[in-house]
Amino acid sequence: MFNTFWMILKRDLKLALRRRSEIFTVLFFFIIVVSLFPLGVGFNEAMLQQIAPGVAWIAALLASMLALERLFANDYVDGTLEQMLLTPQPLSMLVLAKMTAHWLLTGLPLVLVAPVVGILYHLEAETIVTMMFMLLLGTPILSMIGAIGAALTLGLRGGGVLISLLILPLYIPVLVYGSGAITESTLQSGNIEPHILLLSAFLLLSLIFSPWATASALKISLE
Amino acid sequence: MSVSWFKYAAPMNFYPLAGKLIPLFWILAIALIGFGLYWGFFQTPDVLSDQKQYYRIIFVHVAASWMGMWLYAMMVFWGLVGLVFNTRLSFMMAQATSVTGALMAFIALASGAVWGKVSWGTWWDWDPRLTMSLILMFLYIGYIALHSAIDNSRRADKASAVLSLVGLAIVPVIYYSVNCPNPNECGSLHQESSFKGVESNILLAMLVTALGFWMYSFATILMRVRNIILERDMNTKWVSKL
Repeated sequence: MFNTFWMILKRDLKLALRRRSEIFTVLFFFIIVVSLFPLGVGFNEAMLQQIAPGVAWIAALLASMLALERLFANDYVDGTLEQMLLTPQPLSMLVLAKMTAHWLLTGLPLVLVAPVVGILYHLEAETIVTMMFMLLLGTPILSMIGAIGAALTLGLRGGGVLISLLILPLYIPVLVYGSGAITESTLQSGNIEPHILLLSAFLLLSLIFSPWATASALKISLE
Repeated sequence: MSVSWFKYAAPMNFYPLAGKLIPLFWILAIALIGFGLYWGFFQTPDVLSDQKQYYRIIFVHVAASWMGMWLYAMMVFWGLVGLVFNTRLSFMMAQATSVTGALMAFIALASGAVWGKVSWGTWWDWDPRLTMSLILMFLYIGYIALHSAIDNSRRADKASAVLSLVGLAIVPVIYYSVNCPNPNECGSLHQESSFKGVESNILLAMLVTALGFWMYSFATILMRVRNIILERDMNTKWVSKL
């Protein structure tokens, strides 16, 4: 079973590395959105520090959503996905591997590029570390919940916009606690442990339920 | 005597039954809402000393927001029944419920905004309950959007049922995160909500109106279900005989 997981993961990563521009598109989307905000709201340092957590997270939500459509679409078009459904391997395991690949290609780069946000918004080093840690905890949730939406909208016209309509409201807890923790860490008496615990709990819950929900959604879409 | 539990699960048998029930629900809805609003507007004492009459929007507002929540649960219920038993009618019920539910969520938001404008001096405030109603409406909109984007009705039914189930599973998490955005201060943040402080005449008017809204929802959902049945079974013999 874990063998299949590794096989799919390696395959997806290899395919993505053959088309590297797609990874960079998402990454630069994130950076551009983040750097447009100060141009719109002004360069006041205190205000930038205040809005940085929310801006970073919303840009992360949108960036993660950008790549969702491709999660199953290519495999669906060339028929690979149908073959995957026919294999005796548990479908949720295959789905989990694809989610992991999606996170490694879109979530992890955002975590690594977070210091850039910190510099643009005049954040302190400690806050940047907190931001990277919260992104590390939260972005896998985005990939997992997003996969459900991607599976439901598979092969539909205008699927990309539709996914955001379905999935963005479900991202709210990640947004609230992810940016809440960063704001908290800028305070003198801030304690971010509750945020971390809650977000981890949500991560574990989605780890259990989302592969299963995505698998059943895929079966419906390919029926 | 054997009871046929699933007789009315067939759209063909349900269609005439719904037709008979609709007038009944309409009469009940008009009677209950009429009585509730009459009682609420003219038979409640002015408990508020400074005559803040605008509170009377509560009779519509509370009923609509309750319906918004209940209908979501009902929609998920029918979707689940459909997924388990694979009955077409359950999916049609879920689809019909979604539109009325979204309407109720919208009425709750709109009446709340008007009420907020006169009492708080603002159309909108990021109070947890307001935020939650807004999110509830987003969930309805997502459901309707997904359902209408899929041409194959069988796939549309099942996919949107799964979406509503996922939504229901995450709603408690969203609810918690909206009510308590900073977990360090959650102990103090607790919204009391009980009937105890409500004057009995107001309570009576509120509950009767809410019941009337239930009946209205049943009536409109059944009407919409009849339309959906006709649309989907357009090519069957029994429909062409109608």
